[in-house]
Amino acid sequence: MLRYSLKRLLSLIVSLAIASVVIFLVIEVAPGDPASFMLGINAQPDTVAALRAELGLDVSKTQRYLSWVGGMLQGDFGTSYTYRTPVTQMIADRVWVSLPLALYALTLSTLIAFPAGIYAASRRGKPGDITVMGATQLGIAVPNFWFAMLLVLVFAINLRWFSAGGFPGWDEGFFVALKALTLPAIALALPQSAILARVMRSSLLDILSEDFMRTARAKGLSRRQALWRHGLRNALVPVLTIMGLQFSFLLAGGIIIEQVFFLPGLGRLIFQAISARDLIVVESVVMLLVFSVILVNFLVDLAYAAVDPRLRSRT
Amino acid sequence: MIRSRNLLLGGLLCLIVVAGALVSFLWTPYDITVLDIPNKLQTPSLQHPFGTDHFGRDILSMIMIGARTSLAVAIVAVGIGMGIGVPLGLWAASNKGGWIDEIIMRGNDLVFAFPSLVIAILITAVMGASALNAIIAIGIFNIPVFARLTRSGALSLWEREFILAARVAGKSKARISFEHILPNVGNLLIVQGTIQFSLGILAEAGLSYVGLGAQPPIPSWGRMLADAQTMVSFAPHLAMVPGLAIITAVLGLNLMGDGLRDLLDPRIRVVRQ
Amino acid sequence: MTLLSIENLSLSIGEFPILKGVTFSIAPGEIVAVTGESGSGKSMTALATMQLLPDSATTSGYIMLSGQNILDLSEPELCAMRGNDVGMVFQEPMTALNPVKTIGAQVAETILVHSDTPRDQAMERAGEMLRRVGLPPERFPLSRYPHELSGGQRQRVVIAMAIAQRPRLLIADEPTTALDVTTQAQILDLLKELVDEFGMGLLMITHDLAVVSDMADRIVVMRHGEIVEQGETRQLFADMKHPYTKALFEASGHQVTLPDVPEAPEPILQVENAVREYALPRKGLFGARQFHRAVDGISFTIHHGERVGLVGESGCGKSTLTRALLGLEALQGGSITAFGKPVGPGTDPGLRAGLQVVFQDPYGSFNPRHRVDRIITEPYHLISNPPTGLERQEAISEALIAVGLKPSDADKYIHEFSGGQRQRIAIARALIIRPELIIFDEAVSALDVSIRAQILDLIADLSESHNLAYLFISHDLSVVRTVTDRVLVMKSGEIVEQGETEEVFANPQHTYTKTLIEAAPVLPDMSHLKEAANVPA
Repeated sequence: MLRYSLKRLLSLIVSLAIASVVIFLVIEVAPGDPASFMLGINAQPDTVAALRAELGLDVSKTQRYLSWVGGMLQGDFGTSYTYRTPVTQMIADRVWVSLPLALYALTLSTLIAFPAGIYAASRRGKPGDITVMGATQLGIAVPNFWFAMLLVLVFAINLRWFSAGGFPGWDEGFFVALKALTLPAIALALPQSAILARVMRSSLLDILSEDFMRTARAKGLSRRQALWRHGLRNALVPVLTIMGLQFSFLLAGGIIIEQVFFLPGLGRLIFQAISARDLIVVESVVMLLVFSVILVNFLVDLAYAAVDPRLRSRT
Repeated sequence: MIRSRNLLLGGLLCLIVVAGALVSFLWTPYDITVLDIPNKLQTPSLQHPFGTDHFGRDILSMIMIGARTSLAVAIVAVGIGMGIGVPLGLWAASNKGGWIDEIIMRGNDLVFAFPSLVIAILITAVMGASALNAIIAIGIFNIPVFARLTRSGALSLWEREFILAARVAGKSKARISFEHILPNVGNLLIVQGTIQFSLGILAEAGLSYVGLGAQPPIPSWGRMLADAQTMVSFAPHLAMVPGLAIITAVLGLNLMGDGLRDLLDPRIRVVRQ
Repeated sequence: MTLLSIENLSLSIGEFPILKGVTFSIAPGEIVAVTGESGSGKSMTALATMQLLPDSATTSGYIMLSGQNILDLSEPELCAMRGNDVGMVFQEPMTALNPVKTIGAQVAETILVHSDTPRDQAMERAGEMLRRVGLPPERFPLSRYPHELSGGQRQRVVIAMAIAQRPRLLIADEPTTALDVTTQAQILDLLKELVDEFGMGLLMITHDLAVVSDMADRIVVMRHGEIVEQGETRQLFADMKHPYTKALFEASGHQVTLPDVPEAPEPILQVENAVREYALPRKGLFGARQFHRAVDGISFTIHHGERVGLVGESGCGKSTLTRALLGLEALQGGSITAFGKPVGPGTDPGLRAGLQVVFQDPYGSFNPRHRVDRIITEPYHLISNPPTGLERQEAISEALIAVGLKPSDADKYIHEFSGGQRQRIAIARALIIRPELIIFDEAVSALDVSIRAQILDLIADLSESHNLAYLFISHDLSVVRTVTDRVLVMKSGEIVEQGETEEVFANPQHTYTKTLIEAAPVLPDMSHLKEAANVPA
């Protein structure tokens, strides 16, 4: 188990290192000098040079990469070109919108998908299964931002149960803030739960045809008992994989949903930064997103080992 | 019964979308480059089956031309993904456990850590927003999908005895990969290709919606939704129609993918992400 | 008194009739073996008794267990019966256990499902049961997971699960087919002991007639869903009534007639001190790399026209050796020389043309998308100027005729052929470039006995007509004994004994060879059947 975890951890670190190089290089090839962009075309060359020095742009690429990575390791993402404030502070403010939104959506998606998938698998081929599968087929096809607009139209504009957008902040009270995130979370979660329910169903059906399920039945377990005691845990491995992937999609998908609901999250930050050519902010937010994806995959790998004893003893 | 119904319904929906896109090259009900402000924001009627937008343009015509954008972006992106991903997957599988395999698979993992939206953000930050950049972003993201799928399909084939027989016949790994492996993972690729196609349409719509995809004046379903957003309270049809168009295309492709899977090989598992 | 009495049982799945009027019975303490070839319905008979049939199955007739018709029971009543009154052991021990639960929990589950025993007591009884089947908890803690056990050990766990509630009837569906011969002998002994000790009835399903004759008190022979003959074992052997029974037993003990060993043999394949190692996963993060020697200093020679057998149990290194002989993998030490030139991954293709191979799996050996002509001409890739046009057609026809197929079969796809025909196609593929040596890698292991007998005859005929030498690799001692002149016995990567086949079998020197031969179940002398079977029915 320890060996397995260490190996995964090592691969996490290597992935992060390579990802940081890739992101840095991509941003480096961006045309246009942030300093001249900020000062406009009429700026004096020595003013530009002074700003470049202030922004730390006058040193070699290697040096800049090292100071960027070194800073991040200490929690310092540098200083925004446009706002002249620490990027860390800007991200910290926004992350408390985006991360809870993704987690909220993941929870909703799991709560919908698990029962739906288990129900469909246990009623394979019967009307219940066909209904659930038809609904998921539709759920997959719905773009989440369009679904979000629909929710706004129905629940905010017509029924006035929720506000159409905006975020009051966590200081206003936990439930007030949670309420503001509810429509966005539902919009994000529904299409994902359709996918997850299908994975759950097919994974369970795979397990149901395994030899050991027949052994369980031969012991005298009913279909239901066999499904719960022997099927579910084995079916979890592929489901966990998809859940891991989904988290990153929820985080990224959140960027779009934030636009629909005018939420002050990472998505808003990154679009502002792109239009202002505030590349250090773009770079850092992207790195943060990639970091969270890689971290979640690492956690999923550890979860595999918890579910499947074969992984604990091997490699 | 259910199988052929999936294929039939899916095929029909896809046909509607493709036909709309193709017809738009020759004819559309109205010219969408002409603004007709007096007739703006009309609800669906006989003259304008889907109504008009805030510039008085016919929405049906825009949907037809928008279908071109969606289909083109998704097709090229799947093409990029297959064209690069499949050979990489074959190569990795033929060197299972070797350093080439390791590099390709780790590279895949790395690309997977960049959701297509993030890739699009990076590209846009560097080169500005355009439909081409949306294609590249979605295409890059498709590469590891096809590489992994091809590799896992190929790996199980490499264990089969007919591959051993081909090796005993002295054939090279590359030749075996193309002669024996590729045709036998073909079904897998067709089915996954359909699914990726539908995901491509969804991704394009999302990117265009946030302004990272097709730019005006190219009509695109995602952009139409973005324009509709501020008017949704008094002209909901502006948002409904492009949304339903996206659902038609995506649902059609997904149903077709499922139908094809059942037809070609029910054991195929598609990956939806 | 009968324990289980099956009367006029018919079963169909969807539209397809699987069983037709099956009738037999089992008394307490009796072992009844149901045997037959694939498609005979023997496994379905077992599953019907457990009522673990596919949903689309419909049954009629009676399955009376202690006077109660199982077909009348409701699903909850069946659940109460399964595992409690009737236990079942399956064929594939590698997949029959839940990989994510401990063996203790899985055995205890049988007890927990059927009684109100507290969990700790159930675990204690599970420990006793595992001890009874030869897995004492001191050496095999209840907290072990299935993947930490060997195939034979896992089968013992499955047996412990099946007998934990001391059922009156035990059903064993091919319980030893997936196991090595020495393990098989142990499991069969265990089953026999348990039947005596518990007074259970045992319904055993097996295709292996040697196992049947060793174990069963009574035999039921099935074909195409019907019972063709049944009777008390000794009596049935002495006096078989039905021609199919006779043919089946004759085919099981089939002897081929090999041509004489050629004179003045020249060596065509020489293996000297061959060593093939695999790197094992590192133990610690920085630990030294460990190696597993799959082939450990093997030497032998095959001469022109000679027929050599290679026997050994799974994991002995047979497959690794085969791959090295085919030049697919490099050796770490020693050498392999064919026709005077070294063999290895870089070997000149022309050299490999002299050495071909036939694999075990008649279903996985061919690309399903190619026609027969393309499949069997694949080895032409090895020679620089393969025949073309008419000449090629003739070569294809000739090869197909040689293996007993028709030239017109060249245009068909592989799914149009049965298992036995596919194995003929595999042989045609090996023959087409007229090799001097063919490696038969478990080439008849997946076939039913009657088909196996035909393929063995074909191999013997070809060795004469094509002047072939071959290396016949098999785990089945009786087959190796009849088709080879010389035999190599392999264990843990080494050859522990080699010599004239008859000599080695009649008078084994090495203890391992002795163990193997003793463990292999044998058919009673069937010579009196030979003439009888030839009489047209």
